[in-house]
Amino acid sequence: MTTSTDHVALRPGAYADSVALLQVSKDVAAVDGVLAAQVAMATELNREVIAQMGFELPDTTPNDMIVAIRLEDPSRLDAALAAVDAALAAASRRSDGEASVEDPPRTIGRALERGDAGLALVSVPGQYAAVEAMDALDAGRDVMIFSDNVPVEQEVALKRVAAERDLLVMGPDCGTAMVDGIGLGFANTVQPGPVGIVAASGTGCQQLMCLLDQAGVGMTAALGVGGRDLSVDVAALSTKQAMKRLDADEATELIVVVSKPPAEEVAADLRAFAEQLSTPVHFALLGKGQPDLTAAAEGVLAALGREVPEWPRWGEPAATPTAGQLRGLFAGGTLCDEAMLLTQDRLGPVWSNIPLDPAYALGSDLQADGPLMIDFGDDGMTSGRAHPMIDPSLRLDYLARTSRDASTSVILMDVVLGHGADADPAATAAPAIRDAIAAARKAGRDLAVVVACVGTQGDPQQLDRQAAALADAGAEVFLSNAQATRRALSLMGAAA
Amino acid sequence: MTSTHTPADGVVASGVSIFADALDAQAVPVSRVDWRPPMEGTADDLATVATDPLRVDANRRAAEAMMAVQAMIVDVAPASEVLGLEKGQFLHAGPPLAWENASGPMRGALMGAAALEALVDDPEDAEALFASGQSVSLEPCHHRSAVGPMAGVVSPSMWMWVLEDPTDGRRTYCSLNEGLGKVLRYGAYGPEVLERLRWMSDVLGPLLSKAVRGSEPVNATSILGQMLQMGDEAHNRNRAGTLMLMRDLAPAMVNSGADAADIAKVFEFMGGNDHFFLNVAMPACKLALDAARGIEGSTMVVAMARNGTEFGIQTAGTGDEWFTGPAQIADGLYLGGYGPDDANPDIGDSAITETAGIGGFAMATAPAIVRFVGGSVPDALATTRRMREITLAENDRWPIPVLDFMGTPTGIDVTKVCRTGVLPQINTGMAGRVAGTGQVGAGLVTPPAEIFPKALAALAARTRARQS
Repeated sequence: MTTSTDHVALRPGAYADSVALLQVSKDVAAVDGVLAAQVAMATELNREVIAQMGFELPDTTPNDMIVAIRLEDPSRLDAALAAVDAALAAASRRSDGEASVEDPPRTIGRALERGDAGLALVSVPGQYAAVEAMDALDAGRDVMIFSDNVPVEQEVALKRVAAERDLLVMGPDCGTAMVDGIGLGFANTVQPGPVGIVAASGTGCQQLMCLLDQAGVGMTAALGVGGRDLSVDVAALSTKQAMKRLDADEATELIVVVSKPPAEEVAADLRAFAEQLSTPVHFALLGKGQPDLTAAAEGVLAALGREVPEWPRWGEPAATPTAGQLRGLFAGGTLCDEAMLLTQDRLGPVWSNIPLDPAYALGSDLQADGPLMIDFGDDGMTSGRAHPMIDPSLRLDYLARTSRDASTSVILMDVVLGHGADADPAATAAPAIRDAIAAARKAGRDLAVVVACVGTQGDPQQLDRQAAALADAGAEVFLSNAQATRRALSLMGAAA
Repeated sequence: MTSTHTPADGVVASGVSIFADALDAQAVPVSRVDWRPPMEGTADDLATVATDPLRVDANRRAAEAMMAVQAMIVDVAPASEVLGLEKGQFLHAGPPLAWENASGPMRGALMGAAALEALVDDPEDAEALFASGQSVSLEPCHHRSAVGPMAGVVSPSMWMWVLEDPTDGRRTYCSLNEGLGKVLRYGAYGPEVLERLRWMSDVLGPLLSKAVRGSEPVNATSILGQMLQMGDEAHNRNRAGTLMLMRDLAPAMVNSGADAADIAKVFEFMGGNDHFFLNVAMPACKLALDAARGIEGSTMVVAMARNGTEFGIQTAGTGDEWFTGPAQIADGLYLGGYGPDDANPDIGDSAITETAGIGGFAMATAPAIVRFVGGSVPDALATTRRMREITLAENDRWPIPVLDFMGTPTGIDVTKVCRTGVLPQINTGMAGRVAGTGQVGAGLVTPPAEIFPKALAALAARTRARQS
């Protein structure tokens, strides 16, 4: 049985509120050698509490502060009293915390209540995107949903609500948009002008915008609607809403709808819808038997009565390559599609991770004996890593491997510029292309590299600067993906 | 473009930062959402409820109905009269509870109440009575339009505050506050506890009744608004509210013709009990929240209540169903030699104050008590602002001066709690685990997280049923 020492003292006139004193008591009780401690104002209740702890109390008035400490050993008293003083000082000290800075909003709904933003941009994982997007619609704002893998029934539900409230849902899986001159997602900087684009295809939209900008034709807006909008399930809900928006916009003289060919019933419905609008609508539908994106841009120029320019190209024509295979390495899905469509007419079916014909789906080794094109931006390739427009490493690794493959003859690539994309893609792509050509050369082969560089002079990366750097590395560079593909095919034809 | 709102006004970005960065680069104002995945397993239910066409309007109506209520104190009367409570019937705090699951303080309070009602001579004898279930019954206060702090035990002879919504005559009820320390609501049942309760029934209740009946009805909602400007958050600090109530009732009480010594004793009792007004604040909050009950599609919480074993919530859109989980132990400071091992899990209907947007939700206005968990004044401001992330509205009737008169964050939205994982912050007292102990401390507590996904699942099921 150890003995203990009680220390009870009064501090007449001292005061702290009861909550502060509970904290003081807690701090003092935690001091080494202190068995129990209570520092309290001498109210009836507190006297009772302290008495119950076994302390003997002198007479007090309610304005006295009682310090009651039970020690293992009297020698610990000084340390304990020092702790009382320190804790009381701490209790009366103003908080030294930062002047309170408000925490960031946790939901889009709160962010829209706290500020006056005009639009919401959602890029959370797809299973959570609808809830965030709904916040924007509830606040009467348009929303762009970059997220993919949003369940289609949620997409339909969102778009129905938006249509009822005359709001616009851009997406899900919407990679690009331009509203009021502001680029959203992966977006090129283009001049203002008479064309309003409605796009169910991200890189298809970017290609069209960049070609038109090159031809001196600007845009009022580019409204993405997501790749599924023209499906039977979604029934063009956002496409119609976007067309209505552009129709009501006085600056928009021509509406261009960019999409893969929709289901027949959706297409018929959309054509009928377009006829009710006062603004002419030009459909640029991409697919087998349809004009490519460059031809679509030229169709838009014709509809506006503008001349079709010579589309720019950079670099010396490549040396005739050693015979072999065509390899396409894409970051843009629609650009890959377009290249495959053009290629299959000349070289037959193209192997791909997004094949036109499911029979030509690539295995996980991404190897094939025949023309091959990979979309490195496809969901299957991006899980756990950034999009190739942001992080080039996977695609450039593949470039290096392919260049050492004796069967590779021509490499076709895209480089997509704009806000959101790699700040200087040529900085990594140009050396990789130079090394690829040199590696083939060293092995006694001639390798041709053709690049579609989709961008504008106004882009942060600057089209000219990027294209020149890629050309300097030995690539032939085109603004038009269709022209780049045709050039690659002609090099294949000339190969020996 | 023809949209009223354009991105040039600014863009809210939720998700990967590169797109927000790209907007920064274009000199567009960007508000970045601190998005995190919602509570586990809630993604589908959240999407279902988010796209429920009833939700927005239902929540707006629920919040407006709640905030429009003016709670008037219209009477003080025995529970036997105003609740029809009969001998052997006991009300308790929280969701429904069986004796065998009751915690120490709940048992202690019931045992004391049984002795008060002379069902037993010695409170200790009541254990067998309640265990047998013969001639006694337990029912939540909430099921009788009542609320009770801590154990919340109400028996027929106890006098109740009666609050009324003059627009529709709805009423709510709460017992009279006994003070702190060894009191029935904290599970104490010693002779001094019963003696005080008898005095409350014999003297305090009748005198308050005379005072209330002899005065213009006191507007409790208005007092709440004033006390929030005077450092009370109306859950763990009710000092200003208590004094204002005394001010309003004193003339009629003095004029009641009652014995001057009794009146003095009543004033002494009220003035010496800083929590006296809590038992008015609680039924005022319940009266407001009950106005929002039964609104199909609303995801607003209309009750949070704990019975010492379980924590339960009810929502506006799910009728009288309780969604329950285990009550938590508060994080706080302890009286005397008590420590965390002595504390009972969270107990009491007093979280009705937080449900209505005060208490922990109004922490910013009560800097005097922010040290409950060693917190600072900036923490208190942050707490109130954080609660705004999970609520539907700001109650302009209850402004907080230090937040530039922002209304208290009001109307907890089940979907927002599930989305953010931010749990309602409740200020609470702590009862001793062992029956008969009384209060052991005070602190902060949150509901068990899982009850919100449970409520969400029921809301989603109703949405789906309506759509099929």
